[in-house]
Amino acid sequence: MGNKVLMKGNEALAEAAIRAGCRHFFGYPITPQTEVSAYMAKKMPKIGGTFLQAESEVSAINMVYGAGGAGVRVMTSSSSPGISLKQEGISYIAGADVPCVIINIVRGGPGLGGIQPAQSDYFQATKGGGHGDYHLVVLAPSSIQEMVDLTADAFDIGDKYRCPVMIMGDGMLGQMMEPVEFKDTDVSDLPEKEWATSGTGMKRKKNIINSLFIEASELEDLVLERQQRYEQIEKNEVRYEAVDIEDADIILVAYGTTARIAKTAMAKAKEQGYKVGIIRPITLWPFPFEAFEKALAGGKKTFLTVEMSMGQMVEDVRLAVNGRGDVHFFGRTGGVVPTPKEILAKIVELGGAK
Amino acid sequence: MTYETIFAGFGGQGILFAGKVIAYAGMLEGKNVSHLPSYGPEMRGGTANCSVIVSDEDVASPIITEPTALVVMNAPSLDKFENAVVPGGKIFIDSALISRKCERDDADVFTIPATQMANDMGFPKLANMIMVGKLIKETEMFTWEQLEGAVTKLVPAAKAAMLESNLKALQAGYNY
Amino acid sequence: MEKVFQKPHALSDVPFHYCPGCPHGIVHRLVAEVIDELGIEGDTIGVAPVGCSVFAYNYFECDMQEAAHGRAPAVATGIKRARPDKIVFTYQGDGDLAAIGTAETVHVAARGENVTTIFINNAIYGMTGGQMAPTTLAGQVTQTSPYGRDPKTQGNPIRVSEMLSTLDGPAYIERVTVDTVPNIKKAKAAIKKAFQLQMEGKGFTLVEVVSTCPTNWGMSPQESFQWMRDNMLPHYPLGVYKDITKEEK
Repeated sequence: MGNKVLMKGNEALAEAAIRAGCRHFFGYPITPQTEVSAYMAKKMPKIGGTFLQAESEVSAINMVYGAGGAGVRVMTSSSSPGISLKQEGISYIAGADVPCVIINIVRGGPGLGGIQPAQSDYFQATKGGGHGDYHLVVLAPSSIQEMVDLTADAFDIGDKYRCPVMIMGDGMLGQMMEPVEFKDTDVSDLPEKEWATSGTGMKRKKNIINSLFIEASELEDLVLERQQRYEQIEKNEVRYEAVDIEDADIILVAYGTTARIAKTAMAKAKEQGYKVGIIRPITLWPFPFEAFEKALAGGKKTFLTVEMSMGQMVEDVRLAVNGRGDVHFFGRTGGVVPTPKEILAKIVELGGAK
Repeated sequence: MTYETIFAGFGGQGILFAGKVIAYAGMLEGKNVSHLPSYGPEMRGGTANCSVIVSDEDVASPIITEPTALVVMNAPSLDKFENAVVPGGKIFIDSALISRKCERDDADVFTIPATQMANDMGFPKLANMIMVGKLIKETEMFTWEQLEGAVTKLVPAAKAAMLESNLKALQAGYNY
Repeated sequence: MEKVFQKPHALSDVPFHYCPGCPHGIVHRLVAEVIDELGIEGDTIGVAPVGCSVFAYNYFECDMQEAAHGRAPAVATGIKRARPDKIVFTYQGDGDLAAIGTAETVHVAARGENVTTIFINNAIYGMTGGQMAPTTLAGQVTQTSPYGRDPKTQGNPIRVSEMLSTLDGPAYIERVTVDTVPNIKKAKAAIKKAFQLQMEGKGFTLVEVVSTCPTNWGMSPQESFQWMRDNMLPHYPLGVYKDITKEEK
């Protein structure tokens, strides 16, 4: 069974961040992700790291900007209302090309909403959130093990492309315990960040971390340069899981917690004779358009997008399908988690009685 | 085989820990497991519950809507979950705290005065372990040795006395 | 020929964008002179605000970060925690520090974060063209207090140095001005002391510079200094508000 430990999602991702070389964490308490802060508060002082409980989410994300700009691996964590507060900072971080990792353990909204699991921050995460021409790389794990693995990847992706990376879970992934195995990663020799504000030492020209460019043409050039990096990300970093999509009549599309539930429904539907497959986006941005091309290669298909929202990712599914199939949606919201039974009923409705 | 167990009671009864013991034992046996607690204001002095799945298959949804076993340690929890149990499922009731009878006649109902027993044994906080002992005995989810091994690993080595009392409580439930 | 006056090394060789008569240039120079004299340019990281001094990152030769409006203390905190052996300072105006960034200001001070803040208080929003600031005096006319600031509906001016000196975190807080040569010398001594205390790890230090805005006040530089002496200094008295080195003695 290897070196598996039983851990809560929030704690596992905090541990994963530490193992990925993160020694700076700035947070603010909010349910259902507070265990991340609590874990960091316990661990960081023992390994010479920084845990700081900021005066607000706004301050926390700006501390992340400062520390990330100074060249260290840094993370913050929050849940939906707190992530809204961080949007200003995220836009600046994107505009100043500062790598960092932001955790969103999504809860029901809008407003103060609720504390139960939701996926209603998809638009905010993948379509901006803050102002300006930028993207977040958004990683959506569906198990604690994947949350751990993606946390390490998130820091690498951030450093490689100089961009903020979000890990989007939900209340359920944050709170549940599952067995998890931490892989040994050597982070003792991370590459030097030559652009960072770590002091010139009078040996180089000064570095400036900045997102202000008054000359329109200068700003355009920088945005275009960043766009090229985004294209590289779209080329290199797309991740998804696709099961039985080639010969399916109905393809479920779901991510995170919802994908797990959809898989239960899929298994039950197969028992009843339905040909069902699933596409599970792991990167929400970049969205795995490729998976849909594969699914559609064999002809017209029916897609059923399942979300804990009123229909957000389904818009990307429609873009991916682009009229080449029927796209349907089933969602629960406000913190209500869809059941396998409900999804199965929808599959039966679409597939016709057997 | 898939065991889907809901543990429910008051905050402070060790409900989450009871669930963790099962999940941990499952993990040690190479099973797929998940442990999903209730959280937020629900945790603060009110009711607490957790859903634990131990399965040979991948755990798809960690949410249990139709438990194969239910362990309840207060009356509101029996009210809340009694009807969710699958026909033929097993219901474990701490009869020291729940006076009413279970109304399901299509499930196996086990009553055990766990809180009273724990008090009598001098471990008032270990009624949860007594319930776990009984659960394992009746569901045969694990052998006694497997259960003992899991608890031994779960309780910190520095707390030998705690381990001893936990094992005694488990045994009391297992042999009840 | 002997050079008797030159640009400090820590000041970049680019023209300031500031208005004629604006004291920002003086204060920038003082900060740069202090960085030179302490020999810390290579170890210093500055944080620029949003406001008239938004381009401060272009004017200092050390590494610089540009913060969002009001967030400089949080950004400085992040830098300092990442690079505790470096010298970190923020340069902020009154709108940035005492309105939109009040929470960050109070908490960086309360934590005793080992950074230095240079705070320019000229009682007005300069960059946006002369609106009321948190430090605008009662009765003072601005674009958004055209009939004079009425404390009943527009609130009262905040005395930042006094307010922060009630906290346990700060090591040193002094209010200075730069209207005369003796006062400029005092201001420089205060800035130097603030940086030195940071180098000694003593905690949060802040130097408030009571300043002017000839452009938006609608006065000549000389008139504006006179107006400052007549109106601002009575409300914002110069002096040391907190000094743990004195308390230690």
